[in-house]
Amino acid sequence: MPHVEIAPFQGFGLGLRIPHFQNFLTEPVPVDFIEIISENFMVAGGRPLHVLDQVRERWPVAMHGVSMSIGSADGVRTDYLTRLKALADRVQPLWVSDHLSWSRVERVNSHDLLPLPFTDEALDAVCANILHVQDVLERPLVLENPSTYLTFADDQMTEWAFLTEMTKRTGCYLLLDVNNIYVSGTNNGFDPYEYLAGVPTDRVRQIHLAGHSQGRERLIDTHDQPVPDPVWDLFRRIYPRLGPVAAMIERDDNIPPLGELLSELDIARRIATEAMAVAA
Amino acid sequence: MSLLALQRTFLDFLLDQPTEIPVAVNGGAGPGLAVYHNAYSAQLVACLKDSYERLWAWLGDDAFEAAARHHIGLHAPTSWTLGDYGIGFADTIDARYPEDPEVAEIAALDWALRRAFDGPDASPFDPARLAEIDWDDAVIHFVPTLELIPVRTNCGAIWTAIAASDDVPAAQMLPEPAWVRVWRVDLQPHFATIERTERDAIQLAASGVTFARLCDRLAETSGVEEAVLAAGRYLTSWLQDGLITDIQ
Repeated sequence: MPHVEIAPFQGFGLGLRIPHFQNFLTEPVPVDFIEIISENFMVAGGRPLHVLDQVRERWPVAMHGVSMSIGSADGVRTDYLTRLKALADRVQPLWVSDHLSWSRVERVNSHDLLPLPFTDEALDAVCANILHVQDVLERPLVLENPSTYLTFADDQMTEWAFLTEMTKRTGCYLLLDVNNIYVSGTNNGFDPYEYLAGVPTDRVRQIHLAGHSQGRERLIDTHDQPVPDPVWDLFRRIYPRLGPVAAMIERDDNIPPLGELLSELDIARRIATEAMAVAA
Repeated sequence: MSLLALQRTFLDFLLDQPTEIPVAVNGGAGPGLAVYHNAYSAQLVACLKDSYERLWAWLGDDAFEAAARHHIGLHAPTSWTLGDYGIGFADTIDARYPEDPEVAEIAALDWALRRAFDGPDASPFDPARLAEIDWDDAVIHFVPTLELIPVRTNCGAIWTAIAASDDVPAAQMLPEPAWVRVWRVDLQPHFATIERTERDAIQLAASGVTFARLCDRLAETSGVEEAVLAAGRYLTSWLQDGLITDIQ
């Protein structure tokens, strides 16, 4: 793929979730962009695509996937990429993102965002897969840091060093999920602020803000709670360092009325404004 | 351990197969691995609940969860999409409830309606064009979401009552085996219980025979007079129900 850049997009958005379909179709929802879960719309027809086409007429759309499995040792599935490309051609999104994780190898697909070892071999595999995906999609890929619950004995580098090298080798961009940094840091014993200091900020095009739950011995990335204070604090720290960026509240479960999410998005706007003023 | 070997053994762990994954993880088989193990099956159970909502209501939480976990133990997901994981669950249910045929039929109906929901779009045939049709050579084309399910019970009435939060009737065997046709009009999936003769007519028409030939075939089993009446009745209902996308 020839060198292509993703233009920065400045704004505050929300995810398109089924309980809010009607709101987005009939109300003047004050958001700057919408993020869709790509797989929910990689279908033949019916209501999902009908809704998406109307949303697309009103807002810029970012495509966010959960099934690419960019870290699979045996590559990314062609049938998945073909469908993803068709949806991207239809939507003409701001960008296409997925997660720095793996879900399947050979025939079995766990449909979970499983952790990668941060090794040279994994970095080689991920970069090869990214370059292939970018060729097929004819656009740069944006990758998100997932929440993780363990680390591997063979790890050779930090997660942020892995991200940095990955972006250098492939030209891909980053979606920083600030909640995931907090969850992974708590679970795996790294300092989230050291993580923020280590990521290549010029590659970040999007931010996810979300909540989590306390499991018995791990923080669990449930994305079903309001954004907690420690995550807002991380957002306050990173936002002024990024330049124009698309920030959003990501709620995947226990989805409240749209008004509650819009109020939470107003908090993000306020913190961003305050953080920029302090940094100026 | 190579990346491929690590990923194979991680999946083995999720599928409760012998695995060396604790050796590869800092802290061994601790709480981190347990999170992934729980998430694997919990997500698949949630997927089946989403796809088989009326079956879930009919069986109740405990029986549905037990059936779902039995299915998960038998079938690891392989498709690119989680949405496909419901394929074959009705067969698992059928084997689990051999004395209660309505259970698997409700499952089959749930699944067919789910497939119709986001199946291919199609525009219904405009009845104003009927006058243009050369019926000697005309072939009926149905909407691509049309599916036929064989039934022996009142599964349709049960499904409808659950969906409407009405009093749910007891399961009953039908006087004779029937079929349920499932299809989508615009954005709304529908279903209707039909007799065997209509199912035969739909299958004939869908196989590409002309409407005239379809009438001849119906006449072979029910006589000319009844065949003409039945063909007219079916055509009218298919048009009214939005089942036909073209006649040519």
